[in-house]
Amino acid sequence: MTAVTLEPPAAPETAAPGGTTVLPDIVATAAPPNRLRTLSGMSRADVLDLGGALLSSVCLTLLLFGKLAPLSGPLGFVFVTWLAFLAIYAVLVSMDESRPVVVDKVMSAVMVSAWAAAVVALASVIIFTLWKGKDALLTSNLYTQDMSLAGPADPITKGGISHAIVGTLIIMGIAIVFTVPLGLACAVFLNETHNRFARFVRTVVDAMTALPSILAGLFIFATWILILGFQRSGLAAAIAVSIMMLPIIIRSADVVLRLVPGNLREASAAVGAPEWRTVRHVVLPTARSGLATAVILGIARGIGETAPVLLTSGFAASLNTNPTANPMVSLPLATFEFVRSPQPALVARGFATAAVLMVIVLVLFALARILGGRQAGQLGKRQAKRIRARSARDLSRFEAAHQDPPPDPVAPIGFGLAQESPS
Amino acid sequence: MTVTTAFPLTTTRSGPPPEPREPEPRRLGAKKDLGDQLFRGGSYLAGTSVLAVMVAVGLFLSIEAYDALKDTGVSFLTTAEWQPDTGQFGISSVILGTGLIALVAVVVAVPISMGTALFITDVAPARLRSSLVAIVDLMAAVPSVIYGLWGLFFFQGGVIGLSRWLSTWFGWIPFFDVAGADPNDPLSNATVYTASAFVAGLVVAMMVMPIQCAVMREVFSQVPNGEREGAFALGGTRWGVIRIVSMPFARGGIIGGTMLGLGRALGETIAVYLIISPRFDINFHVLESGGNSVSSLIALRYAEASGFGLSALFAAGLALFAMTLVVNFAASWFVARSRSGADSEA
Repeated sequence: MTAVTLEPPAAPETAAPGGTTVLPDIVATAAPPNRLRTLSGMSRADVLDLGGALLSSVCLTLLLFGKLAPLSGPLGFVFVTWLAFLAIYAVLVSMDESRPVVVDKVMSAVMVSAWAAAVVALASVIIFTLWKGKDALLTSNLYTQDMSLAGPADPITKGGISHAIVGTLIIMGIAIVFTVPLGLACAVFLNETHNRFARFVRTVVDAMTALPSILAGLFIFATWILILGFQRSGLAAAIAVSIMMLPIIIRSADVVLRLVPGNLREASAAVGAPEWRTVRHVVLPTARSGLATAVILGIARGIGETAPVLLTSGFAASLNTNPTANPMVSLPLATFEFVRSPQPALVARGFATAAVLMVIVLVLFALARILGGRQAGQLGKRQAKRIRARSARDLSRFEAAHQDPPPDPVAPIGFGLAQESPS
Repeated sequence: MTVTTAFPLTTTRSGPPPEPREPEPRRLGAKKDLGDQLFRGGSYLAGTSVLAVMVAVGLFLSIEAYDALKDTGVSFLTTAEWQPDTGQFGISSVILGTGLIALVAVVVAVPISMGTALFITDVAPARLRSSLVAIVDLMAAVPSVIYGLWGLFFFQGGVIGLSRWLSTWFGWIPFFDVAGADPNDPLSNATVYTASAFVAGLVVAMMVMPIQCAVMREVFSQVPNGEREGAFALGGTRWGVIRIVSMPFARGGIIGGTMLGLGRALGETIAVYLIISPRFDINFHVLESGGNSVSSLIALRYAEASGFGLSALFAAGLALFAMTLVVNFAASWFVARSRSGADSEA
């Protein structure tokens, strides 16, 4: 230890007479080995602990299920294995670690297994649907015929879901026409208006995201069909589905628009752009990919809605391309109707329908991921190229304008933004 | 380098040359030209119309429900049967069923969604994070009818064993009791355990989990890095930091996310309809076959109902609407009030 006293009067007993500083003898001690602490990754002990705990827990559970206790069922097996694993893992780690580390490792294992449970469940849903639907999926009549000529007992080689595919396309097409402009406009409203009303609308949109889908159907049933007296039709279903899609689109678009850098908006305002031009030429193009994602997520949600279509359109066995009259069936509704039947062929068709729906949702979702991969304001190669070309054109135009002076000495002012003349 | 979109630069000649003016103070208030006024008007219209849709849902449900509610009065809340034609109908059993399904769903989903959210924000390597988030989001995008199919044809078979085990060992808790089940009879019929609120709740948990996880992930990722690093510097383990720093910070978001999931669970229709076998009596036994929920009641009865019966269904729908609204506004309040909620969604 080196003690340096700056002011001798403050600590006279350590200061040598004459005000000199005395350095104590430094005794050389063996320095601890200077090894870097591992901050990430797994050591060999970690791997052995994990593997050992896993192995012994599986063996223990096999013993329990097979010999010792009257337990059964795959779900129970997994659950008991998991509990045994946690206990054995805790014991193994506690052999050479302190208590906080044991708790940390066990809780990490719990978190990983929570995630794994979710993933396994999702994977089993997808695989199960595709697997059960595979026989009917491979028949071509599934895509080309409807159910008008196929009876309930007919095999899967007769009849199909072309009416449901067409119905879904029509219903979603109408719903997109309704929701995309309104949803994006509302998201712009939430972002460009900062007052109490906008905050209130945002709260209401949040509440609307959780509106039970059956209530959207019931609402359209009450107004469109009971009060206004229209038929049950594809159009009514499209309006009901729109009510479910709208909040999803608004919320995801709102989040994306909020990420548009404020300095872009300010720069646009600073060159004199009116608000609507700022939104049209700066905010929306900057957030374009995110907005596409928002729309696709809305579509993915809307395409799977069953209950609103059930209430407002109803099931039909034959193809109907007129959205204003007669029931029009969608893919989820067809799935629902098929699997409620006791006929195995119909149930197989139901699974095939569900598989088609699943594939559409997966494709839409992948599309949303690809489009939404970029941050707001970051451009793809082609976009960047186009913008560079445009600025080059602008530059050459400015240069041309400056080389031969225009007849009017004050002409080239502004960027076509400040239209108001100062008179 | 990031290239950002530029304002399109177009040069136009703008009117006659300005005349020299007297210096006068610049007006600072924004002057709206016609385009801006239209834009303002249009965006307010969009906002208002979305608001109007939500108000109209409540309004028309109330109008249609009026007949039935006037007829029964308070007994609507206490009657268990559903026979509108004889005037004997009420929502006590369906509300209870809805609540039980939602309870099972939330109790199962909360630990899983919290663990998943923490795994994504705190444990998983940063480069995997966006793929992990995508997987959870995909769970939210899977249509509910597919979850219903999966629950009915695949998952139920696995759950029966769990149900039997629970009722055998915890049957002394009235909640887990199953009438007609005899644990000593190995050949007893498994159907007493099928189509129960428990199975439906587990399937609904799958749909609720991604919603809760999204909100929780959001708040966990907002935990100030300074505080976390401070805790790490004091020698905290990963779990210690989560417990001492992240959890208290995110408490509002955890509660809010849980309630958002609850709101979704209350309204789930098709999956519940496919799985549960409807019954109209007060039944607390979650493991026992049969149950009901408001939304599956509506889906079950709307086709055969006419006039007054329909009005009764609208009354049930109105009750569901009120329940989800209360739960959701409570959730927003919790999220907004928490320290992390200053600018988070939900």
